[in-house]
Amino acid sequence: MKRILVGIKRVVDYNVRIRVKPDASGIITDGVKLSVNPFDEIALEEALRIRERGVAEEIIVASIGPPDCQQQLRTCLAMGADRALHVEASGLVEPLVAARALLKLIEREQPFLVILGKQGIDDDNSQTGQMLAALWQRPQATFASKVELQGKKARVTREVDAGLETLEVDLPAVITADLRLNEPRYVKLPDIMKAKKKPLETVALSALGVEQRQRLRLMRFEPPPQRQKGIKVKDAAELIVALKNRGILLP
Amino acid sequence: MSHRILIVAEHDGTRLNPSTAKCVTCAAGIPEAEITIIVCAAEAIAVASQAASLKGVSSVLAVEHPANAHLLAATLAPQIAALAGAFSHVLGPSTTFGKDLMPRVAALLDSPQISDIMAIESATRFRRPIYAGNAIVTMEVEAGAKIVGTVRTASYQAAAPGGSAAIEKPTVNAEIPSHTRFISVSAPKSDRPDLQTAARVISGGRALGSAEAFQKTLFGLADRLGAAVGASRAAVDAGYAPNEMQVGQTGRIIAPQLYVAIGISGAIQHLTGIKDARTIVAINKDPEAPIFEVADIGLVGDLFQIVPEIERLIA
Repeated sequence: MKRILVGIKRVVDYNVRIRVKPDASGIITDGVKLSVNPFDEIALEEALRIRERGVAEEIIVASIGPPDCQQQLRTCLAMGADRALHVEASGLVEPLVAARALLKLIEREQPFLVILGKQGIDDDNSQTGQMLAALWQRPQATFASKVELQGKKARVTREVDAGLETLEVDLPAVITADLRLNEPRYVKLPDIMKAKKKPLETVALSALGVEQRQRLRLMRFEPPPQRQKGIKVKDAAELIVALKNRGILLP
Repeated sequence: MSHRILIVAEHDGTRLNPSTAKCVTCAAGIPEAEITIIVCAAEAIAVASQAASLKGVSSVLAVEHPANAHLLAATLAPQIAALAGAFSHVLGPSTTFGKDLMPRVAALLDSPQISDIMAIESATRFRRPIYAGNAIVTMEVEAGAKIVGTVRTASYQAAAPGGSAAIEKPTVNAEIPSHTRFISVSAPKSDRPDLQTAARVISGGRALGSAEAFQKTLFGLADRLGAAVGASRAAVDAGYAPNEMQVGQTGRIIAPQLYVAIGISGAIQHLTGIKDARTIVAINKDPEAPIFEVADIGLVGDLFQIVPEIERLIA
């Protein structure tokens, strides 16, 4: 069966105003909305579109984390994924551990394509996809804004600092989704009902034979430094004076 | 104990990208740092000479291979990993080049990675932004691990020239895969300064209303000020400006001397990209726009009247 594996992460919702705990031990997540990482939603949408074009037959969505992340896997099933794999792990899952877990799922499911979001909007690491590609010894096409599958190859347009770069990669490969790849669909109510009946399998990280190494310790969280309050000017002429006073424009 | 730091050079085949010199400044903050730059290219000497001239660099590794004509992560990672053995840290810039490459290197080395290093507290302790810059975390890496990192270039000044490091051509024992091929890169030509490194940036938002108005309103002022042109994500999504002009969490993170936000409301994702600007000027007709909360100089009014007026006054 032609499968695509999509990795997703449960993160604090995009619209939540992030606040640091007063004791600097973390981010306030109690009572805060959690969602599918937006870049991962784009990854899933791309997989669904590929299946809808008849190029893939089954979309598997996987997440690594505590039991709560099954809620986000259900959301993905409601979007249209065929089945879900929950790799259960508590505490901080470092990107290299996540990549090793995904590699185990790849060995089991044999996908021809793996799509992830380009980064989690929580830790902003942007590591897991690239690490997975390295461990799998397969190509990577990160920050993708366009994916064209051509038989055993994919042509991927990437958003890079210089503009748009196009790569050709042999399949299987890892692609990470950037913002402009597509616009994810909205989940409809009947699909949420249907998603409850779709298969969701849980497997412990240790049962996959992956050690949850912790080599990174999060010591202290702080809010970012605030900028000093600025001034208001009333017109263009005053603006120019203010810029001259700051030495930005020559007097 | 001295620390040997390997920095992966970003370049276009002829010129060293300024992001590399910023990595050198970051690396110099590691106690007793001994800094080596690796330049992978088809012909590396021109770029290697520029790397060797950076102050604080003690040696340069020039790695020449026909496959290095384009800097692909899958091609470079095994070569860098093969040469990383003697180093305690392997750093690259947190540009799309480094973000793509460094985790692949880290996985080959079985190393943890610290992304977007903004401050070095010790050889194993780093500060970095998370949640789009809405929090800063201090991270400690387990003792003994070889550390891979990307450097948030907006947090560092470029290392000055004035060095004269030795250039070596090491033998690299690495298998280079052929499964990834470069096809093309579309980089629109512009006479304006590069957005990433420009001292002055003029940026436009959705209030510009059209691609024509975006160009007509902003380009003249930008040229007058010798500034690069940027855009908010809203303006890019609306088709007023190409994506490579995007400033913010999903675009460029920049640190110019002057940033002028014109018709940009200031979504948190945009503010992430401009936090390190020395002076932020905001022009917006909505006095409640969040951009005014971070602006050093704010001007409430109609941009279509104000911008031409500024241009006329500085002519």
